[in-house]
Amino acid sequence: MLSRRLFTSRRVFSTLNSVRDSDVAHFAKILSPSSVLSTLPPVSTPRDELDIYNTDWMGKYRGKSTTVLKPKSTQEVSEIVSWCHDKHIPIVPQGGNTGLVGGSVPLKDEVILSLSNMSNVRSFDPVSGILVADAGCILQSLTDYVAPYDHIMPLDLGAKGSCQIGGNVSTNAGGLRLLRYGSLHGSVLGLEVVLPDGTILDQLTSLRKDNTGYDLKQLFIGAEGTLGVITGVSILTPPAPQASNNVILALPTFDNVVPLFKTVKRQLSEILSAFEFIDRTAYDLAVKHGQGRALSDEDVEGAQCFVLVETSGGRREHDEEKLANLLESLLEVDKPLINTGVLAQNPAQFSSLWALREGVTEAVSKEGKAYKYDISVPAATFKQVVDTTREHLRSKGLLHEDAVKHVLGYGHVGDGNLHLNIVAKGYTPEIQAALEPFVYEIVARHRGSVSAEHGIGAMKTHALPYSKTDVSIALMKRIKELFDPRGIMNPGKVLE
Amino acid sequence: MRPSPSRLLNILVPVKRAVDYAVKIRVNSSQTGVDLNVKHSMNPFDEIAVEEAVRLREKHKSSITSIQAFTIGPPKSVETLRTALAMGADSAVHVELPESAPAPEPLGVAKALRAWIEKQKEAGEGKGVDIVILGKQSIDDDLGQTGQMLAGLLGWGQATYASKVELDTEKKEAKVLREIDGGSEEVKVKLPLIVTTDLRLNEPRYASLPNIMKAKKKPVEKLKPEDLGVDLTPVMETLKVTEPPKRVGGGKVESVDELVAKLKEHGFTAV
Ligand SMILES: Cc1cc2nc3c(=O)[nH]c(=O)nc-3n(C[C@H](O)[C@H](O)[C@H](O)COP(=O)(O)OP(=O)(O)OC[C@H]3O[C@@H](n4cnc5c(N)ncnc54)[C@H](O)[C@@H]3O)c2cc1C
Repeated sequence: MLSRRLFTSRRVFSTLNSVRDSDVAHFAKILSPSSVLSTLPPVSTPRDELDIYNTDWMGKYRGKSTTVLKPKSTQEVSEIVSWCHDKHIPIVPQGGNTGLVGGSVPLKDEVILSLSNMSNVRSFDPVSGILVADAGCILQSLTDYVAPYDHIMPLDLGAKGSCQIGGNVSTNAGGLRLLRYGSLHGSVLGLEVVLPDGTILDQLTSLRKDNTGYDLKQLFIGAEGTLGVITGVSILTPPAPQASNNVILALPTFDNVVPLFKTVKRQLSEILSAFEFIDRTAYDLAVKHGQGRALSDEDVEGAQCFVLVETSGGRREHDEEKLANLLESLLEVDKPLINTGVLAQNPAQFSSLWALREGVTEAVSKEGKAYKYDISVPAATFKQVVDTTREHLRSKGLLHEDAVKHVLGYGHVGDGNLHLNIVAKGYTPEIQAALEPFVYEIVARHRGSVSAEHGIGAMKTHALPYSKTDVSIALMKRIKELFDPRGIMNPGKVLE
Repeated sequence: MRPSPSRLLNILVPVKRAVDYAVKIRVNSSQTGVDLNVKHSMNPFDEIAVEEAVRLREKHKSSITSIQAFTIGPPKSVETLRTALAMGADSAVHVELPESAPAPEPLGVAKALRAWIEKQKEAGEGKGVDIVILGKQSIDDDLGQTGQMLAGLLGWGQATYASKVELDTEKKEAKVLREIDGGSEEVKVKLPLIVTTDLRLNEPRYASLPNIMKAKKKPVEKLKPEDLGVDLTPVMETLKVTEPPKRVGGGKVESVDELVAKLKEHGFTAV
């Protein structure tokens, strides 16, 4: 497998060039000094200053780029890209570098084009809720920007303090609000993109309705930087809910998750905004690594897994009554689906309960090296998938302190999205070989997706056929060829 | 061996409904106070007080007969009492004020508490309050005086800004670690006693669903200020409330030279 990947990357890179001193000199001429980092002369930045750009969030993928460019305008992006196009120099667009599939760092020594200096809000209309912003705006800062106007961003995820809206769009990030506000394919209204030859494609419209032929912007949503560089995003932000509540429910068995989801959906209907699943291992790790205040021992006793339910609505009394009725009925039936649960009494507890769920990603990375599979499978099979994987690793003799420490699952039940995480002491070929294609075959058996929300990046290019037919892949390749005939945009990512 | 009746203790926990600390407060248009049409919850220091009372009982079991929560406030304050009951208080008292009534001041609150405590004492053997645990201050007015005033009015001992409370139910005394400037101080106080809580005392628990359900059935006694013979009309007059001056945003500089130039421009010089 490793050798096949090596071969692929050789083929993809065979017609591409490394950055030379003369290129750096050119970039230094067209950009301001703080926008060019390069180990090459005439800039000669110390190598370690480039480490954070070359290393991905998990510390799993490392590139060898000599040059990081941080343009301040769409025009500058266009000039960089058109130079690279002429010189056949490959580019990796980079947002907050929080991607989890190795898509945001170079495979070799591509130029890293960081959007972090493009972080201005261009406009916000409080009446329609339409926000137009530079691609480099950090998700959290956009949330803060629209908050005084009583709006929220339609997406929220654990990486919100670092990830950028351009990165979110490029990965079609799902996250914690998808159940309520749908995917970015719906909420993104327009994009400004610099195409691989430097041309600026201005589709930054703010129209809710626009049926005029092919909807080109959709292609860039989830393209992971392989079709162009997103420089501006127009996005519809929903009004902020006037009241939010959350509760964590402790379940005696996983079998109750799906019936619980049905009950909760029926009773809460329009105010249900999240239904998140955390298995016991994931919960214990989150607590161990200090992500949010733990429930009492009494409350977690005998719990096989947990569910976080969030409500958001327009009137507090109405929402609280609905939630109280639900909780009462959950506790009072003959055969309760839950053991117990805790209900946030104030915003601090609300955040703390969320931290237990959102903090799993971070807890896992503190515990060891993670193999992350972000898959779509039927919600009823979540536990079976986790257990099967654990047993498989055990049968290979890999389940012990020095190899795989934990196999755990958490995710978005409402969206059928399971995060299967294998926490190991280190990344090794044995574990890799035990997991792949094993996990992908499970996914294929359920007609699921090998990547529900994190994307393909460098990690899963070879796994694409488990979720997509040959016809689809062939068409994707033709689209890539059409947009980027020289193959300079994030080579080796998404498609082999 | 069962402890003799004289050693059974009652704890009173005064709690206040306040604008939640996560809310970004705004001055109201008439400049008489802040906009109150926002999320409220139990004053965080009071939450710590309830937690401490519940922990003391978990530790001393039946030596502590009762934990009673007490609040003065508009009708909605009963939610705050329900939270205290869900955390483990046994009963609650609500001195109800009309929705539009001004918030009472520490002296008024302390007098109301004294009246309630005296009433309890008169109610007979075993009812008297032995320990009052309350927040060191309320985060809405930040006055931080109620506990001290109450101790003064009652002539009881006080241990303020507590970060650790150790109770000796046999000797009827408590060892309390207090937060003071630059460190902490340990005091030993005889019961009856007033404790005010500081942030580090404990981390309040979540309210579990079964306890929330049980709390709905616990008794809440409703009173009017007149029932306690107190007048809660504020004696202080607020003339005007205004926002602090707006922070002006910073700017980015391109180089050290520019930074130095800017600093000079604003009157900073090297020492
Ligand atoms: C703690 C944590 C929690 C997460 N939770 C979720 C979650 O709940 N749901 C979810 O879907 N994902 C989640 N993720 C992964 C998610 O994909 C990223 O966090 C985020 O969407 C990526 O944004 P970024 O700005 O960091 O992009 P990067 O990581 O920098 O880039 C990601 C990809 O997009 C490309 N790209 C970035 N910016 C641009 C641009 N302007 N133009 C063109 N291409 C670009 C890159 O080349 C790369 O292929 C999580 C990650 C972390 C670390």
